[in-house]
Amino acid sequence: MTMDHAPHAPPTGGAEQRDVANAHAPFRSGRLLLWLAVLLVAANFAWIVARNENFEWPVVAQYFFNPTVIQGLYVSLGLTVVAMIIGVVLGLGLAIARLSQDRLASSLASLYIWFFRGTPLLVQLIFWYNLSTLFPEIGIAIPFGPTLVSWETNSVITPMTAAIVGLALNEAAYMAEIIRGGLLSVDRGQFETAEAFGMTKGRALWRIIIPQAMRSIVPPTGNQLISMIKATSLVSVIAMADLLYSVQSIYNTTFQVIPMLMVAVVWYLLITSVLNIGQSYIEAYYGRSDRRRTGGATPAPVVAAAEEASH
Amino acid sequence: MSPTATAAPLVQARNVHKSFDQLEVLKGIDLDVMPGEVVVVLGPSGSGKSTFLRCINHLESINKGSIEVEGEQIGYRLRRGRLEKLSSNGIARQRRKIGMVFQQFNLYPHMTVLQNIIEAPIHVHGESRKDAVANARRLLDRVGLAEKADNYPRQLSGGQQQRVAIARALAIRPTLMLFDEPTSALDPELVGEVLATMRDLAKQGLTMIVVTHEIGFAREAADRVVFMDGGHIVEIGKPEEVIGNPQHPRTQAFLSRFL
Repeated sequence: MTMDHAPHAPPTGGAEQRDVANAHAPFRSGRLLLWLAVLLVAANFAWIVARNENFEWPVVAQYFFNPTVIQGLYVSLGLTVVAMIIGVVLGLGLAIARLSQDRLASSLASLYIWFFRGTPLLVQLIFWYNLSTLFPEIGIAIPFGPTLVSWETNSVITPMTAAIVGLALNEAAYMAEIIRGGLLSVDRGQFETAEAFGMTKGRALWRIIIPQAMRSIVPPTGNQLISMIKATSLVSVIAMADLLYSVQSIYNTTFQVIPMLMVAVVWYLLITSVLNIGQSYIEAYYGRSDRRRTGGATPAPVVAAAEEASH
Repeated sequence: MSPTATAAPLVQARNVHKSFDQLEVLKGIDLDVMPGEVVVVLGPSGSGKSTFLRCINHLESINKGSIEVEGEQIGYRLRRGRLEKLSSNGIARQRRKIGMVFQQFNLYPHMTVLQNIIEAPIHVHGESRKDAVANARRLLDRVGLAEKADNYPRQLSGGQQQRVAIARALAIRPTLMLFDEPTSALDPELVGEVLATMRDLAKQGLTMIVVTHEIGFAREAADRVVFMDGGHIVEIGKPEEVIGNPQHPRTQAFLSRFL
């Protein structure tokens, strides 16, 4: 306690000097070297890829906005949006059913989730597409009784409907588990309070529980959305002209396989980047009540007022 | 306000039994609470006092006996001479005039203070937004937190949160207020502000059932004190009787720890 600590211990300088407000961060040369080394390797790698003629970058540029590619991009995006919306809505219903006291609802939901999570998406898509071989006609009927309405399966199941149904039903199973986890993460006291104030179960869910569950639902849902964009490439096997299918159709005639795949890869990366940005905004929105105090005095009341008006 | 002798009781509990699995928590509770009366329930931990309070608005269902609030049996209805369980929406309707304040405040963390207060008036009671906001601001003023309307609960101290929770419960214009250990989760220096707010309400004639460990509050604000132990009401009467001159040895033992 005496000599050893001498270099650190003595209160050199006045109170002014020891005020942490006047502290500065010491220069760390090691960190700088590391940064330089990493940047150098990255730049070199980019240079090698850019200069490699096998990638045929001019071809990538030439086909990047090709109408067939853009058409495929729209199909991929459209499929993602529609399948995701159906998946989330159905998933919410399944999650609530699974959590409910009602034995029938919870076991049906469990059965659904068990089946759709337990079988490969690719196989599900192929089954939906070939549904007519299993059931030539589909209709609405009284169980074991007469049929009320029926349609020829082939007229109902096109590549488009098969793709939407396949992707959406599969997604619903995963979303159900994500949403269920989110609902369970909310303090039980919140539901009890909503109930004590005379809210019906539905209103308590909608106004109190789901908004709080969103904080833990959004990040994995972003993950699912990105998976979904890439999963849409599976529909190329059922002749649905998505992004991957359209670049394939081009390289099948031009044989420029690698550059055409690069076109698709860059597009997929661009879309997921945009989604990542969107996700961070949504997360910030649902985390707003967690910020202790807003730095400037103005933002918080403005947001609160805007919200009040929008309700 | 002292209860009038002729009025019908607002709360009528008859032979209330409640078990959690094998454990019997309430072993036959009888209690009448008159309109305007402030009843404070005291008792050691595990005596069943919180459970009894939660049975009154059916947050817990009871296994035997009956509870009536304003002449309506909570959780059940008579239909063709037989008692049947109410649907969850029916129970929700019965709870609309019963305000509740929780030990852990349970404010809605994703809503501002103002939004917390206007939630039930607008979405359960169908009040207009304008009226609900005006009433909420008046109530916030009353609990001394007018300037906190646009803050989120997390930005408030425990005592402030509990006062907001009281304002939120008052916003539904309750005929009965239930307080479940409202000061037990607070730092000692914050207890006073919450008790002051509650004393204020008691003076204004609100019917209140308060489960608490605050003997001082019971002595000053209660019309009657109930002492519970082991799932029974052991002693009941005016505060000066039960606290000032307890008859039962269990009550005496319990109170001696606070002297």
